[in-house]
Parts: sequence; structure tokens; C-alpha cells
Amino acid sequence: MPSQEEVFDKVREALVDALGVDDDDVTPEATLQGDLDAESIDFLDIVFRLEKAFDIKIERGELFPQDILENTDYVQDGQVNAEGIVKLKERMPFANLDEFEQNPVVQNLSQQLTVQDMCNFVEYKLAKKE
Amino acid sequence: MRWFWFDRYTEFVSGAHAVAVKCVSLAEEHLHDHFLGYPIMPNSLVIEGIAQAGGILVSEHYRFSELVVLGKVSKAVFHGRVLPGEQLTYRVKATALRPDGAGVSATAHVGDRLHAEAELFFARLGEDSPVANGARLFRPTDLRHWLNLVGVFDVGVDADGVRLRQADYPLSETD
Repeated sequence: MPSQEEVFDKVREALVDALGVDDDDVTPEATLQGDLDAESIDFLDIVFRLEKAFDIKIERGELFPQDILENTDYVQDGQVNAEGIVKLKERMPFANLDEFEQNPVVQNLSQQLTVQDMCNFVEYKLAKKE
Repeated sequence: MRWFWFDRYTEFVSGAHAVAVKCVSLAEEHLHDHFLGYPIMPNSLVIEGIAQAGGILVSEHYRFSELVVLGKVSKAVFHGRVLPGEQLTYRVKATALRPDGAGVSATAHVGDRLHAEAELFFARLGEDSPVANGARLFRPTDLRHWLNLVGVFDVGVDADGVRLRQADYPLSETD
């Protein structure tokens, strides 16, 4: 199992290559969409690179559970309901959803995803693999 | 002008890689605007040719039955200029093939000279997308025509080296 620093270095490399940003821009607190200008198509590219870099398999919707955000059982008036939050926490144990919970507007979820969340996701996947 | 930016495949291995060539000719109108008195093959059209060659490779992996679109150009580096009378060779390699999309890395050479290196990313749209968007990019017969023009079924083989057969794909209007 690689150290946290090794995970961060490889995640940073994947983000630099996928998004064309500078090394220095990729800090743990940086948000992918807000700070690094990632667009939806970039998430697939990032997933490819993480799979290769860490030799892991990432299924569709695993990093970002779009299906929950499109499910009317969990989303009402553009906001994720309490049941949806529980579902999201189940599916995204690697992400800190505290801030999202304060204002659970669907669009906020992708905008609040940080580099640290990506590192946590990779560590979560690596731990599951072992 | 027809939007064909490579002339034909010389090699095509399903789900793996392909080699395609593009002959640059002074008869191509666009060269005279790029630039007046000094015609150079535009590098944007080199990328388009690579995207077409790589896109068909990816699309074949999905049996030509789904919409595959160029999602992004992750990397494009050019090392020189290509002049009329030269032949570009595009080598495209599938680096990732997933249900939701595919990655392709590519090079362009003129003879032994490396002209360009690129990484492309293709998105595969869901089965309902063409209907939801009210359009499909190609009529099956137009796609079949293109595939025949560039020799997919003349040189294409599967992973075991068995020749690809047009009849095995949904390429007729009734499919």
C-alpha cells in the first residue's frame, strides 16, 4: 500500500496531465471544478489515469454517483433529501460531505469535490483491493 | 470539400491499434489559405485525422452500434511542419477501452520523422442518447461507405488475426 504522499503525487500527476494545470495548482484543498476547471468529460479522463497509475478498476458512477443525483426518490427541487444524503454517504465514504449537507443543491456536490477527496478515494479503493 | 482527414488504413487490429496514412496534396484548397504562398498542412487537421483514425478504431470495439464522440484532446505536441507531397502516417493505439469511453494515444510521422504526438479521449454515449438528442451522427449506410473507403474490412483483423467482416456489424439501414 503506497504512502499518503505517494498517493498524492500520483493523483497530482494524473490531474496535471488530464487538466493541463501546473503542479503548484494541485493542492489537497483545491476543488476539481472550481479551482482546476475540470469539466464533466475530464472526470472520465481522470478515472482512466487513476486506474492506470494505481492498477485499480473504477466502475462507472463509483467516484461520482450521478445515478443518485438523477433519482427523483433522492432529489427534490434540485436538492438532495435526507434519504439521498444517507445514500451518498454510503457510496462516497471517501468524501467529506459535511459542507454539502449544509446546502445540498445537486450542483454543489461536484463543485465541492477536492483533490484530497480524490486521494481518499484512491486509498479507499486500494484498501478494498488488499 | 469532403471531411475525410486520412486516406486509408494500412493496418487495423480490433481493440488494439491501427495505422493510417494521409497524403498531403497541393490540390487541397485549404492549403492555399494556410498559408498564401507557403502551403503547410494545418496541425488542427492532423489532429482531426488522428481523431478519425482513432475514432473508428474505438467505434469498431463497440461494434459500430453506438455513438462515439471525441471528448477531448488531452495532449497534442507538434515537432515541425508538413508540406505538400509528403505522406503522414498516423499510428493510433487504444490505451483504455471502457463501457463509458476510450483513450487513444497516437503519433504522426512523415517517413521516420516524428511530426506529432497526441492523446485523445472518446466518450461513448448511452444507448438512449441518440434518441434523446434527436439525431444520430451517421446513417449506417454512410458509415459503411466511409469504412469501405478507408479499407477497414480490407486490412482489419480481430485479436486472433481473423479478417473483420462487414456483415458482422449493424451497418445496413434495416439494422
